[in-house]
Amino acid sequence: MPETKAPVKEAGKVTTPEATRGGIYYTPRVDIYEAAEEVVLQCDMPGVKPQDVEVRFEQGELSLYGKVQPRQAPAAYLDEQYGVGDFYRSFAIAPEIDADKIAAEYRDGVLTVHLPKQEQVKPKQITVQAG
Amino acid sequence: MSSLTRWEPFRELRHEMRQMRHFQRAMGRLFGRWGIDLPEWPTLAVSYPPVNLWEDDDFVYAEAELPGLKLPDLEITVTADNQLTLKGKREAAALEKVEWHRQERGFGSFERTIALPVSVDAGKVEARLENGVLTIKMAKSPAAKPRKIPVKAE
Repeated sequence: MPETKAPVKEAGKVTTPEATRGGIYYTPRVDIYEAAEEVVLQCDMPGVKPQDVEVRFEQGELSLYGKVQPRQAPAAYLDEQYGVGDFYRSFAIAPEIDADKIAAEYRDGVLTVHLPKQEQVKPKQITVQAG
Repeated sequence: MSSLTRWEPFRELRHEMRQMRHFQRAMGRLFGRWGIDLPEWPTLAVSYPPVNLWEDDDFVYAEAELPGLKLPDLEITVTADNQLTLKGKREAAALEKVEWHRQERGFGSFERTIALPVSVDAGKVEARLENGVLTIKMAKSPAAKPRKIPVKAE
């Protein structure tokens, strides 16, 4: 799985986003699980407005991008425990995924991407005839 | 005849980290009263959630990233003038028969108390949770606000 190497935000530590592909990004945390019909990816992207989430699928690569509008600009922090910046991460997607049916939703700072499997790889129940 | 024990290399470490956090919390309670801030443990400090704090003349602001939470999942309290407590829970989705490929997002309960550098009016606290970002705006106590002293020209 090709992946970006930007820092992940960690508790108790201020990291600075890393420059990748001409931009500055944090690596969002993701969960990926596979069910019978689809693969589901959930990604924490706090502070991104729904219209600023971008999900692209190109040549077998799924990229997730979240632009964070600046929301706090104090001259100085009393305490700064995390950095604020855009999110980016990409994954190689297996050819068994039906690219045309990929769907995504964003709610409460969490992006969910549904990657349905192609018909031919979905598990099928075969009826056994009694002979 | 051999008995098989599941080898859990991280179990002990997790236990130790928990102990450490208990200790740290106890020390925080002990020293917090006198306004002494203990230095954070460099790597074991897992104070969740991380909080950014800033102020202007009239307000103190606290912000935390809490993706997946809604306001009812959160309990925010201000006590003793300057103790801000964030308490909440992120529920894990109940999933059956799935195969996990990656699991990086954390779930469960958290509670964190932060000593604010100035006293605030507990009755004037506003919280907003938008796209997984919690912002708390707290009005400073009148005594904590900067006062303009008129300078008379003679």
